[in-house]
Amino acid sequence: MSTTNPPLPGFDVDPRAFRHLADAQVGVELDTGDMILNLGPQHPATHGTLRLVVRLDGERVIAADPVIGYMHRGYEKLAEFRTYPQITTLINRIDWLSSFANEVPFIDAAEQLMDVKAPPRAQYIRTILTELSRIATFVLFLGEMGLQVGALTPAFYGFRDREHILNLIEAATGGRFHPNFNRIGGLKDDLPWGWINETRTAMKTIFDACDVFEDLVAGNEIFEARTRSIGIIPPELGAAYGVSGSNLRASGVDWDLRRDAKPYLVYPELDFKVWTHPDGDSFARYWVRLQETRESARMVLQMLDQMPAGPIMAKVPRIIKVPEGEAWVETENPLGQMGYYVISKGATGPFRVKIRSASFSNVSILPWLLRGVFVPDVITILASLYFILGDIDR
Amino acid sequence: MSDLTGTDTPEATAAAEPTESVAPDPHALDAAHADLVARFEHELGDAVLDRAAVFGMPVLRIRRIDWRAAAEVAKRALECDFLSFVAGIDWMPAPKEGGDDAASDTSAPVQPTETTYGAAGSEGRFQVFARVQSTSRHWGLTLKADVDEESLLVQSWVPVFPGADWHERECWEMYGFVFDGHPALRHLYLPSEFEGHPLRKDYPLLSRVVKPWPGLVDVEPMPGEGDDADAPATEAEV
Repeated sequence: MSTTNPPLPGFDVDPRAFRHLADAQVGVELDTGDMILNLGPQHPATHGTLRLVVRLDGERVIAADPVIGYMHRGYEKLAEFRTYPQITTLINRIDWLSSFANEVPFIDAAEQLMDVKAPPRAQYIRTILTELSRIATFVLFLGEMGLQVGALTPAFYGFRDREHILNLIEAATGGRFHPNFNRIGGLKDDLPWGWINETRTAMKTIFDACDVFEDLVAGNEIFEARTRSIGIIPPELGAAYGVSGSNLRASGVDWDLRRDAKPYLVYPELDFKVWTHPDGDSFARYWVRLQETRESARMVLQMLDQMPAGPIMAKVPRIIKVPEGEAWVETENPLGQMGYYVISKGATGPFRVKIRSASFSNVSILPWLLRGVFVPDVITILASLYFILGDIDR
Repeated sequence: MSDLTGTDTPEATAAAEPTESVAPDPHALDAAHADLVARFEHELGDAVLDRAAVFGMPVLRIRRIDWRAAAEVAKRALECDFLSFVAGIDWMPAPKEGGDDAASDTSAPVQPTETTYGAAGSEGRFQVFARVQSTSRHWGLTLKADVDEESLLVQSWVPVFPGADWHERECWEMYGFVFDGHPALRHLYLPSEFEGHPLRKDYPLLSRVVKPWPGLVDVEPMPGEGDDADAPATEAEV
């Protein structure tokens, strides 16, 4: 058959005569050059459409370049064409696992500019729902991190236990993932009948779930071997990259915006501990989130006890016009520092909104962090940084 | 003149004087931040062109050639080790789509047509602004610098804060600012063959160009307005 083909120029033997490409390699020295591995955009470890171009030398990563923007929706541009109440709907979709927590800083910025203050009960409900979003996000992480190192069971536990929280959020707001419950000056509705008792019960489930994860995942020998001293972020470098939230606290930086920023919501009235871990590795990030889940559940119970009665909406004009000015509001979201720089020119919509999302900066350290690690550790590090694609791409 | 107690209104400055016990100025800086601004100005001297306070947050406008020096001072002398973001602003009012007969597009809020500049002012259309914070001292600064409309050159912060890399790439593709000293200005969000700078005000919202907003056809009257729809809705109505 090869005789029927005309010979190819530049080849002693016609390569088409070989049945397999592997045959052609026999006796030839193997090429040990770099190999490019494309991780994603549809890899399960990337939680969406993050693409990671990894250059490998054997099993070792010599360069990693995250390619983002597959889901860029241009919210900063869209926000200039929407009114303030409409923008709440958009920013729900930034970090879709904790959508309620996204709304709070933007609404807070608008309220500051309008000189409106939400009544205390509304502030309490906002804080409770923010902490519930944090628990929902972290419980999923606690399970999913096990999945990324090869343990399948914790992932099911994570989804199962998150369901308790999502049910609560749905009962209060009407939406499981995109509540759109905040209004400038307060909330859309008060809590439904019986919600407080249900929440108390659910918090017990969360404490139990945390114990399970502590035994099953954090106490697991294989898990420790896969995460201890893997992907260490030095505190100074992490801060210079803008890494925030639990990722930075896992490097020993005692900085939590709930306690240290300009007071917002009802956090000054609460008694809570900020957890840090000195190691800065993947295990530390898991451990800090585990403790923060428990701390959030404790905070929710505290707030349920302290919750005042009263109205849930302040008096606001029917047509929301925000006076001229600038406001920056930052909050401690489950994934890290989330902030909105709102510039208003006195219209019904903002002139410019700069959205500072946590995952964007958390992921920007990856080229530095992944250099020199082994391929399986890439997955562990990605999982332990815990990013949401909507939060990177905005 | 510089103004530490209010945004840019003379009334705010006057109200800060302890004449009567009116409501406290929401913009006033606390002692730590006032001290921070003083130290920053001491370090940089003339490079601080203007300053303002926005809800307790200092905003300083830096001379263009001292943009990187400002980052260095903030990081080394003032312990602002955390980079929150670097972004751009285009102060030009957005031109009306399709000339002045743009009444058909009722979807977008109407912005004022005259150009005004925000806290700490601006010399021209473009500004770059950034926020640095301290993880140990818990204070923060917002820095602004004017960008020349012709050259669009800005000093890069990457040598000081490695995290500025992605922020500046985003700013470059969205506004066209050229960051001098940046290792590789490549597209971050947009496809590499993308043309234009989407966050500039003269760049239209493409979805409205592809399919124009239908206008007022579907709008129902607000409840209670009913028949007297001619009466304009007053915003004082609560």
